[in-house]
Amino acid sequence: MATPTMTAEKLHNFSKVCEILDRFDRLPSKIIPILQAVQEEYRYLPEEILTFVATSLGISPARVFGIATFYSHFSLEPKGKYIIKVCDGTACHVKGSSGLIETIQRELKLSEKEHTTPDLLFTLETVSCLGACGLAPAVVINDKVYGQVSNKQMSELIAEYKAMEA
Amino acid sequence: MNKAETITINGKVVPLEGEKNLLSVIRKAGVEMPTFCYHSELSVYGACRLCIVDIEGRGIDTSCSTPPRAGMSIKTHTPKLRKMRKTLIELLLANHDTSCTSCDKSSACKLKDLAADLGVKEIPFKKTREPRKPDLLSPSLLRYPDKCVLCGDCVRYCNEIQGVGAIDFAYRGEDVVVTPAFNKSLAQVDCINCGQCAAVCPTGAIVPRSEIDDVWSALADESKTVVAQIAPAVRAALGEMFNMPASSVTLGKIMAALKYIGFKEVYDTSFGADLTVMEETNEYLERRRAGDNKTMFTSCCPGWVKYAEQFHPDLIPQLSSCMSPQGMVGSLSKKLLSQTEGKSEKDIVMVSIMPCTAKKFEKDREELSRDGSPLVDYVLTTQELGKMIKEAGIVFEDIAPAAADLPFGLYSEAGLGFGATAGVSEAVARYASRALNNQELSSYEPVTNEDFPFWKEAIIDEDNVKIRIAVVAGLGNTEKLIEKINAREVSYDLVEVMACPDGCVAGAGQPVSYDHGIADKRKTALKNAGKITPIHCPEDNPYIQRIYEKMLGSKPGSHEAHELVHTKYQSRKRIDNDSMELAVTDHEAPVEINVCVGTSCFLRGSQDILSGMTAKIDQEGWKDRINLKATFCSENCSHGPTVTVGEKKMHKTSLDSVVAEVEEQLGLVTSRK
Repeated sequence: MATPTMTAEKLHNFSKVCEILDRFDRLPSKIIPILQAVQEEYRYLPEEILTFVATSLGISPARVFGIATFYSHFSLEPKGKYIIKVCDGTACHVKGSSGLIETIQRELKLSEKEHTTPDLLFTLETVSCLGACGLAPAVVINDKVYGQVSNKQMSELIAEYKAMEA
Repeated sequence: MNKAETITINGKVVPLEGEKNLLSVIRKAGVEMPTFCYHSELSVYGACRLCIVDIEGRGIDTSCSTPPRAGMSIKTHTPKLRKMRKTLIELLLANHDTSCTSCDKSSACKLKDLAADLGVKEIPFKKTREPRKPDLLSPSLLRYPDKCVLCGDCVRYCNEIQGVGAIDFAYRGEDVVVTPAFNKSLAQVDCINCGQCAAVCPTGAIVPRSEIDDVWSALADESKTVVAQIAPAVRAALGEMFNMPASSVTLGKIMAALKYIGFKEVYDTSFGADLTVMEETNEYLERRRAGDNKTMFTSCCPGWVKYAEQFHPDLIPQLSSCMSPQGMVGSLSKKLLSQTEGKSEKDIVMVSIMPCTAKKFEKDREELSRDGSPLVDYVLTTQELGKMIKEAGIVFEDIAPAAADLPFGLYSEAGLGFGATAGVSEAVARYASRALNNQELSSYEPVTNEDFPFWKEAIIDEDNVKIRIAVVAGLGNTEKLIEKINAREVSYDLVEVMACPDGCVAGAGQPVSYDHGIADKRKTALKNAGKITPIHCPEDNPYIQRIYEKMLGSKPGSHEAHELVHTKYQSRKRIDNDSMELAVTDHEAPVEINVCVGTSCFLRGSQDILSGMTAKIDQEGWKDRINLKATFCSENCSHGPTVTVGEKKMHKTSLDSVVAEVEEQLGLVTSRK
């Protein structure tokens, strides 16, 4: 059952979409920055919001769906509060990033197909190169960069974030 | 000949005559060039790469996207090009669902033909994809993504010609797929079922839904009386499936085949068209008499009707209330047959044979049913009829003609004219002239609008008949027309809309054809069929008169006519399930409140209602009794903000009026009432 706070949050978010659309003058040509802003607000692109954006801009929902699925930056699935990006570029790979990925998957019960924990706390993503090869293997959690991470440190980091939410 | 105006194709000099691309020049020169993604009426896409040519000094390039330049020398079928084309087909076949023998498009599949023509013997590549689920929910069209070659013809047709955009490309790289938004079914999005996507599809990735098996079962059921009706445009194209010239396909042959198949009575939808002329003209004149000067739109095209319901619900009152001809014949014949056969209408099965896939959707409309049973039970396309004739083992070329059954089998030239663009409006204009001026209209020749070449118009001003008519085909063109009418840049009394360019003769239920001139050939065949029709005017059709006397209150627009052959329309959402739950309870009998927060309602203050309502729910402790949802456009923009409380739809609402309604529905204020 929905709590009043959730309702308030959803309402707040909805007014945000309208703000975003207005910020870009409701121009169809600005669809990508609009979707970026929507994703920043919601952490993903909810279906009903995409439909609303499409209708407001006079683009077909099918085309907006096409744009949203073309770019890997966009997600149609809800993402976790903490997005763990593990660099799997050449340097990080050589330095053991696959071990980190396995560690995270084990700790958070994620898999190749499941990237987000059911409690919507964590999402695991791999990225091709963060441009921080000197710190290999590198991990970024939201905006915070962690360098030369060992498997043990990775487990500890996850525990820390979990503790913060407990 | 001036050398500057020629190019050389395979050593042969070919003159340039303003062609936009090399491909057109090559085809003009009599060279066969395969394409998947090129259609002259659509934008150039250049994706299938089959039309590659070797241009001297430039190398290999696609001929569809290369403008011809004088002096060019090109080769079209070098060993290298042939090999490249073959590899392209092999790659396309790698993940293709090659269940060709059971594919609906088997007899007209470009991919299958090309694989054979190019000598593909085996597919050297492994499957790399998991099979994808077909979309089988739409009443009109089935999608098989694993048969798609990603040429995008359907996507561009839907966007560019129809302006609907129900399908588009999604994902990328190997995962690219043509799909409705959010991987929904065509049945759940704003598809108008015109089926032109299927008509342009080179493979079996989108095909019309077949109802052949249902019809065979109905025919085998002895408790049912199974009858058929056949639309005007069907007879103009059926011969294509039997390699017969259109002129040799007479209605008599079709009637005989239908009788052989087992239909008890066989009618002609043109009878319904005759009736439509009478009712629609009368409706138009009535509207004018009542002081309604708004444009009236025709309603015989189900693709257009659904388009209007989705995108222009404000125009619904301006749609003619006449049922489509198939609905009229279904309605009247079921009523009459139930009397003569002494059966319930449920046991009379009406099968329509239509050139159209949207008619399959139309038959399921709630408005086209009586006492819970549909007025039309099944819709077969021209293609399906051809297949049934073959399944029944009929040698169609040799079958002796039979007559249609009365009363719904007799029709006039005017009714038959419904099968092509301008036919409906011409019949209405001519009937109006005979009714009001007591003489024939001098001529009816719609001409292209000078400022807007997207539609044709006929401005009639003869004595008592002053009608400005627009004739438009293709919904992209229709959208432009509506825009100009709304902007008051043009004004018309009557607009005839056909969703398919060229009208029903080019409907998606017609036999598959890649011949660009096919629509004109069918139009000619239909015209010729009209010329040999002994009755020219609907009002001279004796059975029309008889039906009016017997069933329709003796005159157009009567109460009985409104009961039996007029209909209603509904505002439709473009996409299913697009509401956003704001406060949902699991209480047993909650009151559901839907607040429209579409652009227009938003501007009119629907958000204040939402936030006010949320606060009120908290304050009054109603959260167990109310579901509050935001919907994204209830298509009532001009009356916003729109809110539904329970069953009640409220327009121009304020927070107070919504709260008052909620309190009443919660049973809190019965005393105040």
